Amino acid sequence: MATAAVQPGERETYLNHQYGIKSWLLTVDHKRIALLYLMGITFFFFIGGFFALLIRLELLTPAGDLVQADTYNKLFTMHGQVMVFFFLIPAVPAVLGNFLIPIMIGAKDLAFPRINLLSWYLYMIGGVLMLYTIINGGVDTGWTFYTPLSTEFLNTHVITAGLAIFVAGFSSILTGLNFVVTTHRMRAPGMTWSRLPLFVWAHYATSIIQLLGTPVLAITLLLVVCERLFHLGIFNPALGGDPLLFQHLFWFYSHPAVYIMILPGMGIVSEIVCCFSRKRIFGYQAMALALLGIAVVGFLVWAHHMFVAGISLYAALIFSLLSYFVAVPSAIKVFNWTATMYNGSISYQTPMLYAFGFVGLFTIGGLTGLFLASLGIDVHVTDTYFVVAHFHYIMVGGMVMAYLGGMHFWWPKISGRMYPEGWGRLAALLVFVGFNLTFFPQFILGYMGMPRRYWDYSHSPEFQILNVLSTAGATILAVGYLLPMIYFLWSMRYGKPAPANPWNAAGLEWMVPSPPPTFNFDEEPVVTWEAYNYDEIKEEVPVAQ
Amino acid sequence: MPNSPVATANHEAHDNPALLHHFASEQQQKDAASLGMWVFLATEIMFFGGMFCAYLVYRYWYFGDFGAGSQSLNVVLGGTNTAVLICSSLTVALAVRAAQLGKQTTVVVCLILTMLFGVVFLGIKGVEYHDKFVEHHVPGASFHFPGHIPSHPDIPINQQHAQIFFSLYFIMTGLHALHMIVGLGLFAVITYYAMRKRYGPHYCTPVEIAGLYWHFVDIIWIYLFPLLYLIDRHK
Amino acid sequence: MSEHVSSLKLYIGIWLALLAGTLLTVIAAGIDLGPFNAVVALTIATIKATLVVLFFMHVKYAHEKLTKVVIISALFWLAILLALSMADYTTRLWS
Repeated sequence: MATAAVQPGERETYLNHQYGIKSWLLTVDHKRIALLYLMGITFFFFIGGFFALLIRLELLTPAGDLVQADTYNKLFTMHGQVMVFFFLIPAVPAVLGNFLIPIMIGAKDLAFPRINLLSWYLYMIGGVLMLYTIINGGVDTGWTFYTPLSTEFLNTHVITAGLAIFVAGFSSILTGLNFVVTTHRMRAPGMTWSRLPLFVWAHYATSIIQLLGTPVLAITLLLVVCERLFHLGIFNPALGGDPLLFQHLFWFYSHPAVYIMILPGMGIVSEIVCCFSRKRIFGYQAMALALLGIAVVGFLVWAHHMFVAGISLYAALIFSLLSYFVAVPSAIKVFNWTATMYNGSISYQTPMLYAFGFVGLFTIGGLTGLFLASLGIDVHVTDTYFVVAHFHYIMVGGMVMAYLGGMHFWWPKISGRMYPEGWGRLAALLVFVGFNLTFFPQFILGYMGMPRRYWDYSHSPEFQILNVLSTAGATILAVGYLLPMIYFLWSMRYGKPAPANPWNAAGLEWMVPSPPPTFNFDEEPVVTWEAYNYDEIKEEVPVAQ
Repeated sequence: MPNSPVATANHEAHDNPALLHHFASEQQQKDAASLGMWVFLATEIMFFGGMFCAYLVYRYWYFGDFGAGSQSLNVVLGGTNTAVLICSSLTVALAVRAAQLGKQTTVVVCLILTMLFGVVFLGIKGVEYHDKFVEHHVPGASFHFPGHIPSHPDIPINQQHAQIFFSLYFIMTGLHALHMIVGLGLFAVITYYAMRKRYGPHYCTPVEIAGLYWHFVDIIWIYLFPLLYLIDRHK
Repeated sequence: MSEHVSSLKLYIGIWLALLAGTLLTVIAAGIDLGPFNAVVALTIATIKATLVVLFFMHVKYAHEKLTKVVIISALFWLAILLALSMADYTTRLWS
């Protein structure tokens, strides 16, 4: 099936290198694997988004009148599990990271291309298991699988959901392993650590978290499965176990997991902000160290999810203090992006609009995290919509915006086509407006006391107006997400062919053609310049067409 | 960047068929493989680590019942197994050494001995599991662990706490055994290639990194043995 | 992974040390040392593990510090999990 597909006169790219389904399913080219992942994560994004839409529709009215209570439990559980494990965690690393990291460091591929393909197969197998779970009625434990509810009292598909995430977790671990070894071993001559794009640093830090945290989730899920199958008592208080042990082990991974989700986005934002301000990043070293700092300190704070669960007060005090520390490197990054933009020559292309959105919304989300780190406030707002708003500001306002910004920024490189700039800006605006309308009211709702995971709020009908605003926002957000899907697909056929460097950006990836050839570089590059050398690049960003 | 001719023609021909195309040199490939295995072992430390955490918590809470459970395990078999794994670590280290020195027959012999030791370990483990089954120490409906806490004849063994001990015993040793089976599979493949004289001073990376994995499995058992078998043995 | 080839004598020596350590652990377990039984057992286990890591796994002869960084990091992270979890369990009854 592997035909030499390049026509005479046509340039060889990774897309036309070979045709046929086998050449895709058995590829070891990191760029093709990135596209395989793109299809998977986009699919799961819409599945998770569909569940979100149903949740928002239910919450339009105080009564539980759209779905049954058990169904509602399944909706928010599946929304969370699908979005976290099958979209947020893999999205940036497996798509943009896979595609760009080898090119950014001057390598022909990742260190272990076959393991990269294995990663994708594991993700897909996990995805199939998750689909099986959904089709057969889903799980209703909440995405957090708290015991003994999940091990003892439910007869939904906890085991298949747990196994799905277990398998997908190994996909994540192997991706992290590949990135760490690649960054250490495959850099081109002259590409020293201090010349690496922050995108690479961000993925390195992310990979550390993936490697050290995900195995703990894996063993925890395995223990839950064993407990369910063999009626053990490890997490069941009625049998001598401690439900908090489950929570400790679960959150030991799941808190750093949120940094797995956000750090790659921060890497993207650094690239975009520098390009569209025509400036070096302010404080390169601080930015790189902040990424590592977030990764490390992020492992020390997990029990802030358990403040009201029954841990000791003294442990809670320790974790509260540590949780304040983790905000410091994040704040440094926000200050440095701002300082980078200051006195820069700013242009407002779509990627930059998303980057602006990220910086602002991530800041709000991060600040509200500090509220939650305070024991006194947390007792009041935990398990309310305040928490829901907090993490959606970071995950959706932060990470998804960064992901979309990155997809627009590197779309010309990936596809060889320009997306339509006007539609891009419109979609970015819709996403920003829709997002804020959806989630800002939820801060207020949470503070007013509306609990999360409740299907019915009839005893507090005063919550309705804010819920209606939230649902309205969600529909605008949905349109904002659909538009790029449509015009990206459109651009693959009708988009303007892209030059190698449509943004006049710095970085090795912009020095290879769009789309790149299969082995990225004809000759191994020798790097003699610093990262973000915009002072040497005289051209501005070309005006949008 | 100007239009380039088909990229496949342009990178250097590599003399060593074991060298993969995306690496610039054999040393780079070797270093990558080695780092890859070490990073993987780090993830395995965290994987087993979760169970060690559960073990630590319950040993802290239920020390007496854990002591009773530990005393019911067979130290002779457990100790023998520890020695068996240590021997297998020796033979695999010798296999790597033989590969580095190009002694093809020694490589094969040492690998086969390693696998034999591994099978012996699993066999003894099977005997132990069988004993536990017969004695009704397997967690579940037929669990029955009469007796009292070591040195406290007035305190009976709490059945639930003891079941947690045995749950952890089976899961930790079971997962360890699973890792050993995977290791045996790895060595089977490597022995096959060793018999075809694939490894030598120019290329012994697979033997080395499989050896690293095996040593790690040995180290896990070095900790499991005292933690499971030797609690409160003096009472 | 270095090109260093260890001598047969070294390997046999380490092997004997590991076996001796195992024997020692079993004997020590039979002696009442109070709370120190666990300490002794774990210390011997750690010494055995260190010997395996340094000599059987060639870390002593590694030409790069990175290998050691990876090992130390993993152990440090495990320590975080164990220490901070136990910070909760050991202080629960204080209040």
